[in-house]
Amino acid sequence: MKILEVIQPGPLTTIQDLGRYGYQQYGVPPSGALDNFAFRVGNLLVGNDESAASLEITLFGCRLRTLKATAVAVTGADLGATLNGNPLPTWQAIAVHSGDVISFPRLNSGCRAYLAFTGGLDVPLVMGSAATCVRAGIGGLEGRPLRRGDILHAAAAAPMGRKLGVPREYLPVYGSQLELRVRLGPQDDYFTKEGINTFLHSDYAVSAQSDRMGYRLDGPPIRHKGKADIISDGIPSGAVQVPGDGLPIVLLADRQTTGGYTKIATVISADIAKIAQAMPGNRVRFRQVSEDEAGAALREYERAIGDIRHLLQDTDH
Amino acid sequence: MRYKEPRLLTGGDKSIFVEFGDGIDPELNQRVRRLRLAIEKKKIPGVTETVPAYRSLLVYFEPLAINPRKLREILFSLAESPESEALPESRLIEVPTAYGGEYGPDLAFVAAHNGLSESEVIQLHTGTPYLVYMIGFVPGFPYLGGMSSRIAAPRLETPRAKIPAGAVGIAGGQTGIYPADSPGGWRLIGRTPLKLFDPGREPAALFGAGDYLSFTSITREEFARIKADVERRAYPVKETLMTRGEHENP
Repeated sequence: MKILEVIQPGPLTTIQDLGRYGYQQYGVPPSGALDNFAFRVGNLLVGNDESAASLEITLFGCRLRTLKATAVAVTGADLGATLNGNPLPTWQAIAVHSGDVISFPRLNSGCRAYLAFTGGLDVPLVMGSAATCVRAGIGGLEGRPLRRGDILHAAAAAPMGRKLGVPREYLPVYGSQLELRVRLGPQDDYFTKEGINTFLHSDYAVSAQSDRMGYRLDGPPIRHKGKADIISDGIPSGAVQVPGDGLPIVLLADRQTTGGYTKIATVISADIAKIAQAMPGNRVRFRQVSEDEAGAALREYERAIGDIRHLLQDTDH
Repeated sequence: MRYKEPRLLTGGDKSIFVEFGDGIDPELNQRVRRLRLAIEKKKIPGVTETVPAYRSLLVYFEPLAINPRKLREILFSLAESPESEALPESRLIEVPTAYGGEYGPDLAFVAAHNGLSESEVIQLHTGTPYLVYMIGFVPGFPYLGGMSSRIAAPRLETPRAKIPAGAVGIAGGQTGIYPADSPGGWRLIGRTPLKLFDPGREPAALFGAGDYLSFTSITREEFARIKADVERRAYPVKETLMTRGEHENP
């Protein structure tokens, strides 16, 4: 059923889910929501499966009209969301009516908001996923960002039962100083000791050349022992690639699946959402962690989502 | 070139690289594919996806489903095992290609650069099977090995702003095919009407790691006819099985 009309798409609004898996062997990027935490919680708030297709709204300027009474939730970046001109509370389920206008007019903190709908958005799956990869031209709506006049469909719509929200203690803070925890490797042995020190103890600034493919950082160059090229191999999510100029690039969901530059480290999965919400000019520091610390961080991340899921289920009954 | 024993490299908290050696050669690449097959057969719980490359396999896993130490042990023993999986016979896929003219504006350059005639370049380019070491960079792009060094040519000094999908080119000692319209600096010698990647097709990618492909020279008329069939998804891609050992075993 028709659920939404795009009045203004803003700079980049795409349909995402948790990504397309099993096709990196064919060069297809996984894509999917860059901020996995905000995306999953958005779906939980409106009673969906965590992976249901939702909107990822980047920066400000997006305006949407609802075409059906249903429940929605805005999570992720604070883009000053409004419902018919009034502040729209985020990180909670909200009832909307046909003809309501949802706007994202400002950049308050973070840069990617998620809009989840009861039932999830209904688009044809490409290789098992609804995720849009604009670079490959696949997924979502014809493999492209949303345009003015697009009509989106939902698998179902349901007027809201009870108001559901996420307790404040679980909400992420999108600050301008980020600490990203990393595991060194796979090619840390291509760097001098001094190079590794530079990487782990310098402030880097998010550059304007940052997108769903990766975040380029400015700062002190990281010294290689010799060459910066390797025989091409796979690129995991969060890989910190360092080409010949010594400036790190953190690769994200729309990254190329393989590449020929050295990768000094990989950002742990629990911290990917932090860099995904970073804005040009934000400061980044990398901190090395052990395998056990990375494991504990992931368990904590998943426990928070599990807690939220249980809280919402309990409130529901 | 091959390490004494496989190296396991860290790819963050959700992936491990298994690297067999330092170099581009079919023997190392076979080990990558053998390991991939062994992992598939073993159905290791928690392993979500593998990505083969020239000389390494990237193994994605869910650390809450399998302990990384345990997984490393399993991967190491699979990678080391002399009783490794026998690979299935490779497919040999025919890539019809129109050479020269508007389809291959740099054919004359490649010929002159190597002191050959255009038809000699075509003969050398079509005369040998190429191993698909891996797919990557963009959807469906095959990293090929096996081109004759007699037709090597440097990249363009200024890349072209737009190269059409299907363009067949040479860069240094490598040959390749552009799966989609893109900018690029390869010397273009021909074009194939085949679609290397079509999300609406099953499978979407024409090639997989471990396949071989061979170029065959076609006329402008054949190009137009095949292209029309490809558009209607009615072109039967020609593929045969290669006898094992014929090209792979050193």
